Amino acid sequence: MADAAAGLARRVRRAGLRRRAAAVLLVAPLLLFLLIGFAAPIAALLARGVQDTEVPRVLPRVTAALADWDGQGLPGPDAFAALAEDMREARAAGTLAQAATRLNYDINGFRTLMFATARRLPGPGEDAQAALLAADPAWGERATWAAIRRAGGPVTDFYLLAAIDLKRDEAGRIVAAPAEQAIFRDVLVRTLGISLLVTLLCLVAGYPVAALLASLPTRQAAVLLAFVLLPFWTSLLVRTAAWVVLLQREGVVNTALLGLGLIEAPVQMIFTRFAVVLAMAHILLPFMILPLYAVLRAIPPGLGRAAASLGAPPWRVFLRVTWPLSLPGVAAGSLMVFIQALGYYITPALLGGASDQMISWFIAFYASRTVNWGMAAALSALLLVATAALFAVYARLAGEARVRVA
Amino acid sequence: MSAPIVRFLGVEKSYDGVTPVVRHLDLDIARGEFLTLLGPSGSGKTTTLMMLAGFEVPTAGRIEVEGRDVSRLPPHRRGIGVVFQSYALFPHMSVAENVGFPLEVRGMARAERSARVARALEMVRLGGFGERRPAQLSGGQQQRVALARALVFEPSLVLMDEPLGALDKQLRAEMQLEIRHLHEQLGVTVVYVTHDQEEALTLSDRIAVFHHGAVQQLDAPAQLYERPANAFVARFIGENNRLAGTVSEIDSEDGMVKVALAGGRSLWAMRGDCGTAGARAVVSVRPERIALAPGPAADLSEDAIPARVVETIYLGDHVRVRLALEGGAEVMAKRPIAAADPRLVAGAEAAVAWQPEHAIAFAPEPGD
Repeated sequence: MADAAAGLARRVRRAGLRRRAAAVLLVAPLLLFLLIGFAAPIAALLARGVQDTEVPRVLPRVTAALADWDGQGLPGPDAFAALAEDMREARAAGTLAQAATRLNYDINGFRTLMFATARRLPGPGEDAQAALLAADPAWGERATWAAIRRAGGPVTDFYLLAAIDLKRDEAGRIVAAPAEQAIFRDVLVRTLGISLLVTLLCLVAGYPVAALLASLPTRQAAVLLAFVLLPFWTSLLVRTAAWVVLLQREGVVNTALLGLGLIEAPVQMIFTRFAVVLAMAHILLPFMILPLYAVLRAIPPGLGRAAASLGAPPWRVFLRVTWPLSLPGVAAGSLMVFIQALGYYITPALLGGASDQMISWFIAFYASRTVNWGMAAALSALLLVATAALFAVYARLAGEARVRVA
Repeated sequence: MSAPIVRFLGVEKSYDGVTPVVRHLDLDIARGEFLTLLGPSGSGKTTTLMMLAGFEVPTAGRIEVEGRDVSRLPPHRRGIGVVFQSYALFPHMSVAENVGFPLEVRGMARAERSARVARALEMVRLGGFGERRPAQLSGGQQQRVALARALVFEPSLVLMDEPLGALDKQLRAEMQLEIRHLHEQLGVTVVYVTHDQEEALTLSDRIAVFHHGAVQQLDAPAQLYERPANAFVARFIGENNRLAGTVSEIDSEDGMVKVALAGGRSLWAMRGDCGTAGARAVVSVRPERIALAPGPAADLSEDAIPARVVETIYLGDHVRVRLALEGGAEVMAKRPIAAADPRLVAGAEAAVAWQPEHAIAFAPEPGD
């Protein structure tokens, strides 16, 4: 008996182990794909936002020499000598541009300074300090050296601070960036503002549609739902282009309004905030309607009847019963629309003016046009943090809503 | 009798314009009475209730409540309490908020509202449950909350649509008594829909039996059981034995008819809705009205019918005996356990008899 029981227990355990192993093997490809195709690239990109490797690689001696500079006054003559030697080598190796570009992010004109100085480097044995000061008086300024030291790596908060319009001064204190560079807070506020507007528009336009769908018999609802989903299956680019056709100066809308005599001259619609918000709301609408529809469909129709029989007029039934019970759908739909809107790039790029570009446009600008990966990564991190914070708020609210409904 | 609180005047309802769901309904409901609409599913009873509540609009005719035509009045302006089978409690509100809802929409001040809510919850024996969510209550408790909510604003008319349909048998019996006592206490008029005849008999002052969209009979429970108006009512309420035959003679003075049964024997019965001489008829006899004895027929009474026991079924409090009558028809007889005769076993010779006033002759139902 005892033997038989032990044997059974062993067999059960072995079967359980096999089942678990099989499950792990089945999901392994997906896990691996997610790791390689998703987690790793994001981590690598974000890492670029805090890495600082160009200056220590190209100018190793001066980096080392500045490591124990106190930041007061000018560094010692050995630092000048180290810089002269580093620049000579870098010029020969053709790597000087990498360090110059990095330093130019910090102080405008640093690139010119580097190349001008490189042409007038002191010979071996000459007084490096005098020669450099002669080449450019900027070498006699504390700020110039502080910039080199700040770029000394290996990690930096330079890009992250820049992404929220901050920088470090010569003494290493965090201060506001100069006004002509301080644009990212505006861009972030603009991105959040456009996304919020799009979300509200989707909610106002989508709720009645979802309510109608939920009130229809299943078969009719399925037909209408197909109309909701139809644009959803069309390429984003095509839909954006369609809005260009509609809204441009000689576009469908202007021609129609002119033809009807409602306006005398074409109205500027394309390249405005209006066009961006309208097109984004149109594109994102299904993401609002679908969760709303699911939630509204699940509300028992008897509740509305009960409320009416108890004396509540239709508007009161909506405010007191339908709306509160649909809040999980409102939250889910709004979150989906808002988070997607935060990352929008193509639509504002094609339909918006210069002052309507969202944060993604700047990420693309730094990544592909100026090849400033550090800045692109820092802005991406900003977007990621904003999204994660929103999601945390949602999870909190949704959790509470679930407890309240249950 | 005072003016009826509800009047249905020639009310008709059809959803597709072709199939009638309710055909020409005339029905008066007296103030303070407990009226049950009883019928099988699809008989039109729920549609009738929904028209009274305001969720359906009659295709023709008029519904009056307190002398006012309400046929097209939206439900929220009718002031009628409704209890649904699904309870329809608001899941996002506490029990107290649910019960307070009709008072809230009527703009009652918070203090008075909570006093009324507390009293209503006491009334359904749920005092102290106010802070809970409906999901934290059992089915019976939820339905009591729904009752409190439908009664708290003191409507003079309360509608109940199979309110106990989702409860198990024991709880249903308990709730039936509770609803009856509430009705007695409050004196409200209740219109109750059910397909459960026992429930209808337990609760009602009067029962309207629905079939095919029309009221077959409107009567007090005892009348309905003892003197059903037609073969459908006899079949739907309680059990009955049905013996097919032909009307051979009518005694209009006593209201009796003589029916020649298919087997050749003739018997007298009360005249139901059967036709005149020569018309086909069905004689209905309740199982508990059948007298039964072992041995030859002559021993029981002179007009007893000889029979043979087919089977007996023991049911604890009573015994059912299935018998084949001379001539081929079968009847079921029901004896209380104390009056059961052990000699009545399958195959035994027996005799059955009943008083002519316990047999009623009806016109056959379509399909009989």
